[in-house]
Amino acid sequence: MENFNLAFLNALHLLVSLDSEILQYAWRSVYIALISTTLVIVVTLPMGILIAENNFRFKRAIIIVLNTLMSLPTVLIGLVVYSFIGRMGIFGSFKLLFTIPGIIIGEVILIFPLVLSLVIAALSRDNTQITKTAKALGASQLQTFLILIKESRYAILSSIIAAFGRVIGEVGIATIIGGNAEKYTRTLTTSIVLNINMGYFDYALAIGIVLLTLSLIVNLFMQLLQGSKR
Amino acid sequence: MKLLIIIVCLLASSQLFSSQQVLILATTTSTENSGLLRHIHGDFEKSTDIKIKVIPKGTGASMQLGRDGNADILLVHAPDQEREFILNGYGDKRVEVMHNDFVIIGPSDDPANVKGEKFAAKVLAKIAKEGATFISRGDNSGTHMKEQKLWHLSKMKLISKAKEIITAKGKKEIKFMRPVGGWYRSIGRGMGATIHYATEVQAYTLTDRGTYYAYHHDTKRSKPLVILSEGGSDLFNQYSVIAINPSKHPHVQYSAAKKYVAWITSPRIQKKIALYKKNGKTLFYPDVL
Repeated sequence: MENFNLAFLNALHLLVSLDSEILQYAWRSVYIALISTTLVIVVTLPMGILIAENNFRFKRAIIIVLNTLMSLPTVLIGLVVYSFIGRMGIFGSFKLLFTIPGIIIGEVILIFPLVLSLVIAALSRDNTQITKTAKALGASQLQTFLILIKESRYAILSSIIAAFGRVIGEVGIATIIGGNAEKYTRTLTTSIVLNINMGYFDYALAIGIVLLTLSLIVNLFMQLLQGSKR
Repeated sequence: MKLLIIIVCLLASSQLFSSQQVLILATTTSTENSGLLRHIHGDFEKSTDIKIKVIPKGTGASMQLGRDGNADILLVHAPDQEREFILNGYGDKRVEVMHNDFVIIGPSDDPANVKGEKFAAKVLAKIAKEGATFISRGDNSGTHMKEQKLWHLSKMKLISKAKEIITAKGKKEIKFMRPVGGWYRSIGRGMGATIHYATEVQAYTLTDRGTYYAYHHDTKRSKPLVILSEGGSDLFNQYSVIAINPSKHPHVQYSAAKKYVAWITSPRIQKKIALYKKNGKTLFYPDVL
């Protein structure tokens, strides 16, 4: 496996020399993943609690729709967002095509159903005991809400990790919406595809190793965060 | 939906504050990969204070960006399709900027015995008759368009795979021509990946010279493919720029695009293109100098 040796050598070189180009792509990848995960978690937490805590008519239907949306192919999301934010689309005048915010819109759509259904699952355990106790101790609606989240924090954290991983390794949306423009929207994943298309397989593999290393660092950090609260 | 609009507005606001003018140039992957654009664009950005955002796609995809009004200017290499593009009113005119050539590469033992045949169409006919494996980009790129034209010239029996799509102006047929036989493989990948594939299975393929050199230089394969046909008049590879017609898409940055056309065809930049070398080899020859 000459390929792997070369790839590891290349990856090591990129990491040790802090290659400025790769650093730029890496930062862009992490930035996109962080922002879209944050946006989604902020929105899905209250929604998740509303859905998990209440029984209403379309609850099952909502969950089925969410689960179905989880299999949306990224290229399809890319195309749909393209038609909305492209110049012919209704958001065309915002000039979001081929920009980082444009990519983030696509990624938000990608992970929204994933995170929401994981959050619903996390909060759907029998929480009546907790809610009752909290209410009995005089907690307000908001305080009860915060306690619920705190009690389910590990499950919520793993949904955050899943969402972050989904975005940072995603290439379809990043290519169609971002356009892989150097200095603007090129990310680690689109640069992997570019290098494959150029025939530089070893280098592409090396960037892949950089991406995984980065993901490892982020996950170690999250683990630390989790551990310190335990 | 409300939420989506809020997010869009929030994200858009960050875009609107940047007043820097950005010209969107959709181009082929081969020009981007060659490093030429990176080499010359600094000059344009400095002298005009307009930033250039290069979107590397195949020629087919670049033209679609132009039709949708999502690019301001194109740098592409498929003259027939470009003329049609302009006839349909999407671009103002095509201005030839530079050229180089395609080559046909294949295994050094040359099973179809094509070495020395100058005309690419004849080479392809020979490959087809021998049933030697041929790898096609199959991705509607400029190189794929060129390949289909060469197959047409080879007078071999072709089948056309057509699909019908409905456009605003009615039905339109998208046609891909290909010869008949299992020896012809269409893989739908970029140029470098296609050379890689062809090397792995020791097959013939059509490539632009620049990508071949770059790939050849970069990898030490046990059985690298060699150039078997070059220099034929049918292997000419013409690159042109087309500014998107503002009467189709009023928002395109027409004046900046015109500046770009004037700049890239100016003697100074044409000279820069002529002098640009990668691994010691000239990749593009200017047309206006």
